[in-house]
Amino acid sequence: MILAVIARDLRLALRRRADLAAVLFFFVIVVSLFPLGVGPEPERLREIAPGVLWVAALLATLLSLPRLFADDFRDGTLEQLALAPLPLGLTVFAKVLAHWLVCGVPLAVLSPLLGLQFGLSGEALVVLSGALFIGTPALSGIGAIGAALTLGVRGGGVLVSLLILPLYTPVLIFGAGAVDAAVNGIGVEAHLSLLAALTLAGVFFAPWPAAAALRIALE
Amino acid sequence: MSHRPFHWYRYASPQAFYPLAGRMIPWFWALAAIFGVAGLSVGFLIAPGDAQQGEGYRIIFLHVPASWMSMFLYLVMAFWAGLGLAFRFRLSSMMASALAPTGAMFAFLSLWTGALWGKPMWGAWWVWDARLTSELILLFLYLGFIALQAAIDDPRRADQAGAILALVGVVNIPIIYFSVKWWNTLHQGSSLNLARSSMATTMLYGMLLCALACWMYAIAISLMRARRIMLEREKDTLWVRKELGF
Repeated sequence: MILAVIARDLRLALRRRADLAAVLFFFVIVVSLFPLGVGPEPERLREIAPGVLWVAALLATLLSLPRLFADDFRDGTLEQLALAPLPLGLTVFAKVLAHWLVCGVPLAVLSPLLGLQFGLSGEALVVLSGALFIGTPALSGIGAIGAALTLGVRGGGVLVSLLILPLYTPVLIFGAGAVDAAVNGIGVEAHLSLLAALTLAGVFFAPWPAAAALRIALE
Repeated sequence: MSHRPFHWYRYASPQAFYPLAGRMIPWFWALAAIFGVAGLSVGFLIAPGDAQQGEGYRIIFLHVPASWMSMFLYLVMAFWAGLGLAFRFRLSSMMASALAPTGAMFAFLSLWTGALWGKPMWGAWWVWDARLTSELILLFLYLGFIALQAAIDDPRRADQAGAILALVGVVNIPIIYFSVKWWNTLHQGSSLNLARSSMATTMLYGMLLCALACWMYAIAISLMRARRIMLEREKDTLWVRKELGF
């Protein structure tokens, strides 16, 4: 049943490739704007690269969040899922995983290319991609709470960023911290472990409040 | 059992709580004024000047209580919101909504007085210190709660959605605090050491009195706001009409 939900969400995402592409292009464009803003000196770019790439990934995830539940809410699928024998929390968990596969993984795959533009070393690029790989599930999980809370609320898109961005700060800190450590040649394991801890906690606990929020929205 | 049990739940109904709150509010205002005058006079007239910071440190008498209150009120707010979510008490959700603006105000006040204090002491309005950063994020959490409740028209749904957000926020506050703390120590050596080993007792008393004043103020103003919310939400009921004299 969980797999069925994941497969369904993936199929829907693949039929709407433009949505996925828009999120990735947003990521690329935001990252590319920074050198124009701060100047092309390689030293400075290398210094700001971890933070810029992570903040851009955060914003790109945020941009794709409304799609997590809104379409299903509008055509009534969500009500059916809420009535299904599978606990709603597990359904949300499946949707979070699908969202990560559609949004987080492409960001992680794409990031080394952008890191290259910022003059990161090979090792730092691996850490960057790995940190995004480990950290983005937490972004999808925590984001699900915000997406569920703002479902059907006017001005939901802006509101979700107001609710969710403060909760994203720990992921940003350790994610960017890992890349920063790699750039400076310090051990990255501590950061990555903490990031993995955040992801595990986020993915396993966040679906439940998100499910509660969905029930409120469906009432 | 000869004595009649006292019904606490009686005051869980807005109808019963409204007049009780009305009777309590003047007392809390009076206490706030007394503690405030006492605390400020201890702080400004009696407490000695600081050896290193001179007279400028006196902003501590507003700054520290405001920070305490901002953190504590978030817990209280989440407690009432959670109670409202779990047991569907209308009144506790109203209390949560009434507390949020006061909490946000204290968080802002704490940041503002901190900036005023930081300028002469550290030479900067703002530094990315762990405490400042987490206080700023706390302010964002308050604003998110207020914005979410304001965006949802149905009050019941607004209460429940706000409650979930407040509870998620409470779980996250320690995580945010520690991650910011580690981030800070990883990025730069801790250059700011606020903790002075020995604080003069008069300073401590002044600060405690001011903290009490802030407490009383917070209770009074939240009760006032809760009364307004009660009237607004229950405007179609008989008791509100009677109260307002229609």
